[in-house]
Amino acid sequence: MTEIAVRSGGQAGDGIASIGEAIARGYSRMGLHVFGFNAYQSVIRGGHVWYQARTGDARPYSQGDGADVLYALDKQTVDVHAASLRPGGTLVYDKEKFEVGDLPAGVTALSVPTLEIARKYTSQSILQNAAGLGAAAFLGGIPLDILHQVLADSFGRKAGDVVTWNLGASAAGYEFASKNARVHPHAPKKAGAPKLLMNGNQAIALGAAAAGCKFLAQYPMTPASSIMHWMAAHATEVGVVVKQAEDELGAINMAIGASFGGVRAMTATSGGGFALMVEALGMAGMTETPVVVVESQRSGPSTGLPTKTEQGDLNLMLGAGQSEFPRAILAPSNPAEAYRAMILAFQLAEDWQTPVLVAADLHLSESHMTVDRDEIDLNVDVPSLFTVDPNGHDYKRYQYTDSGVSPRALPGQPGLNFIAGSDEHDEKGHLVSDVRSGIPVWVAERQRMMDKRMKKLHGLAAHCEPPAFEGPHDADLTFVAWGSTVGAVRDAMPMLAARGKTTNLLRFPTVYPLDLTTVTQAFAKTHRTLLVEENFSGQFGRLLRAETGIHVTDRLLKYDGEPFYPYEIVSRAMEMMNRGG
Amino acid sequence: MGTPLPVVGKSEIKPTWCPGCGDFGVVAAVESALKRLQIPSHNVVIVSGIGCSSNLPHFLSSYGFHGIHGRVLPVAEGIRWANHSLTVIGTGGDGDGFGIGVGHFVHAMRRNVDLTYVTMDNQIYGLTTGQASPTSTMGQKTKSTPRGVIENPIDPIALALASGATYVSRGFSGDVKQLTDLVAGGIQHKGFALVDVFSPCVTYNKINTFDFFRQRVYKLESAGHDPSNIVTAWQRALEWGDKIPVGLFYKTEKPTYEDLEEVLAPGPLVLQPAGVKGKERLLDEFV
Repeated sequence: MTEIAVRSGGQAGDGIASIGEAIARGYSRMGLHVFGFNAYQSVIRGGHVWYQARTGDARPYSQGDGADVLYALDKQTVDVHAASLRPGGTLVYDKEKFEVGDLPAGVTALSVPTLEIARKYTSQSILQNAAGLGAAAFLGGIPLDILHQVLADSFGRKAGDVVTWNLGASAAGYEFASKNARVHPHAPKKAGAPKLLMNGNQAIALGAAAAGCKFLAQYPMTPASSIMHWMAAHATEVGVVVKQAEDELGAINMAIGASFGGVRAMTATSGGGFALMVEALGMAGMTETPVVVVESQRSGPSTGLPTKTEQGDLNLMLGAGQSEFPRAILAPSNPAEAYRAMILAFQLAEDWQTPVLVAADLHLSESHMTVDRDEIDLNVDVPSLFTVDPNGHDYKRYQYTDSGVSPRALPGQPGLNFIAGSDEHDEKGHLVSDVRSGIPVWVAERQRMMDKRMKKLHGLAAHCEPPAFEGPHDADLTFVAWGSTVGAVRDAMPMLAARGKTTNLLRFPTVYPLDLTTVTQAFAKTHRTLLVEENFSGQFGRLLRAETGIHVTDRLLKYDGEPFYPYEIVSRAMEMMNRGG
Repeated sequence: MGTPLPVVGKSEIKPTWCPGCGDFGVVAAVESALKRLQIPSHNVVIVSGIGCSSNLPHFLSSYGFHGIHGRVLPVAEGIRWANHSLTVIGTGGDGDGFGIGVGHFVHAMRRNVDLTYVTMDNQIYGLTTGQASPTSTMGQKTKSTPRGVIENPIDPIALALASGATYVSRGFSGDVKQLTDLVAGGIQHKGFALVDVFSPCVTYNKINTFDFFRQRVYKLESAGHDPSNIVTAWQRALEWGDKIPVGLFYKTEKPTYEDLEEVLAPGPLVLQPAGVKGKERLLDEFV
């Protein structure tokens, strides 16, 4: 892959994300596939943040391994990132702000008079960003007219002067760079119609709306909050009630109430909030009330690293809730998959009347990726939830059936009144937990009702997305991955191919339940395997072993808060394959 | 057609409460209030948490949701927002509502969600066999406080006034007639209605008994209290001791959460179209 990565860095509050997104959107408007990586800290002002937009002649699935253009708004950015600049790369800075020392071989420094350009328009120094952005866009091969469209659109309805200044300053930066530097040799050309650029959380919210979700209750927590932000901003347009709850206990109980009341409902949170939702998750399982829960993981334990990624909550998601009830855990790896996963999640929750979890993580939630328009199908059929015939006699909400799924009535339907009970109950929903408990006939009833609920797990397993191979058949090495980690593996495979190594990927879009036959058959097609997971103990590997007896002994695990970089996967794979055996 | 749809009555399940439990009076009052208002039973949802009193939904013929401890109100709110044509009644005890669930209690009131919350307040944890509750009296000896409670009790009426509830009342399960009026008034009230009920535990609370309350309660309506006056409502709320007021402390009209939630303006969410078919403009922001 011939690629180019444009990185910008500075302090929180400097507008780094805006600069980075403008570059990313510039490329997506050129019809190119882009990966936009937003690295930030848990501070509102100060600290160090950076954004990298990566594109090329193939679709990038991760942030990649280096940078070709680096726009440094402060000295710290140079200190932290100069080493990432590849030969042929350019550092954009302003010597009025700071001087730079030695740079890696083959890297050029370009001082752009960003402050001087900004002063021509305003005393507000933030305008320097536009000048630097213009220079970076030139070096990265983004035409000025496209950059200007992106900027004009991003300012939208704001005052005219601000737009004019930004267009002027970015043009000046662009022109300065064009006179004093050359476009990077890897700069791409326009490739076709604009692509859609979105982050995982936007895709999740959009997917939920498309799936017919009518109610979202949520409590703010990074990195899940922007699901609520998107939905709230579009609430009237998509007809979704968005409720910021008093806490995560409230959020999930509201969602379950709304679902019981007759609408498709969801909540979203990160690990800490999900820990608070655990008891209610079991209530959804016991009352057989559909609910979709998005768990966007971040580095833990406890508060952990709030703005850094991890896949460390799989054990929690698997075990959340006392005793046992059926659940599914879906694990999309990028926005396009997340969109489809939400549609499937709502379908599964509704069909099997049980909670469905969508395991996201910060790297998926907050990284930008392009999707093609045809990857986002908004025309999803959303059937009515009123399925039970109101003229039915002797209605039993928890009737025993072959599939374990019982006919579900909604409050307001005459003649079907029932009680949903979090206590163990009989087919009508009446308690078997107090005066009936321990009496032989009701002991048997309890076991039968438990069997009925757990039966749904088979149905779920049959309707979840099975594990899938990507890449060549009969590869020397097969990567085993789930969730956002899949992205770096996808980028590593062609790098390994370029080194003469044949690898493929066995991706798990569903991490639970796992169908024994399907998984066993998949592993029968592998030679050597390498588990790639973003957690300390290889939680998915452990699950795989517990559920199927398959033990992936080679593991590449990471838990430093940073996403996998393709080179890390490449070097481990090379080491394994060179070792032979 | 022609046959009126049934209103709420007793279900086929008999209450399992101890003989003489205060909760019998409460379930009787809820049933008669719903009968008086002639709301068809399929349009009523009674939500509860965990505790002796939270078994109440099983004993009536409406829809019911018997959830987990302390989460009555968020479930009830979710049901209201999914379908605000339903009559939603939350029921539960003092531990459920003022202990583990007190956070939800305060927030549901400040939202003025249009539902009725009937708390069966026996000032003790009964189902777990007699520990102190958030409304237990200072000094009261229980299994968990053998040397006496050393915390001040929560005052649900004052908390409701402070939190913005728009219908604040207190009943006594020894007076089912007044309690029926209070519950019916709460259901008819547009907004959050609290009916906090002295509902004595005959097994584990030997202090706050039926006799204890019979000797002390007096009716606000007989004392000339004006429930539209927030200042005198506060004064009455603070009364405790030899004379304890029951009745309607405060009532005011304010927009409900459902009134103010724009998405609900076209009608109950459950009847609105779902999905985004044809709304291609949603993708414009991503270009």
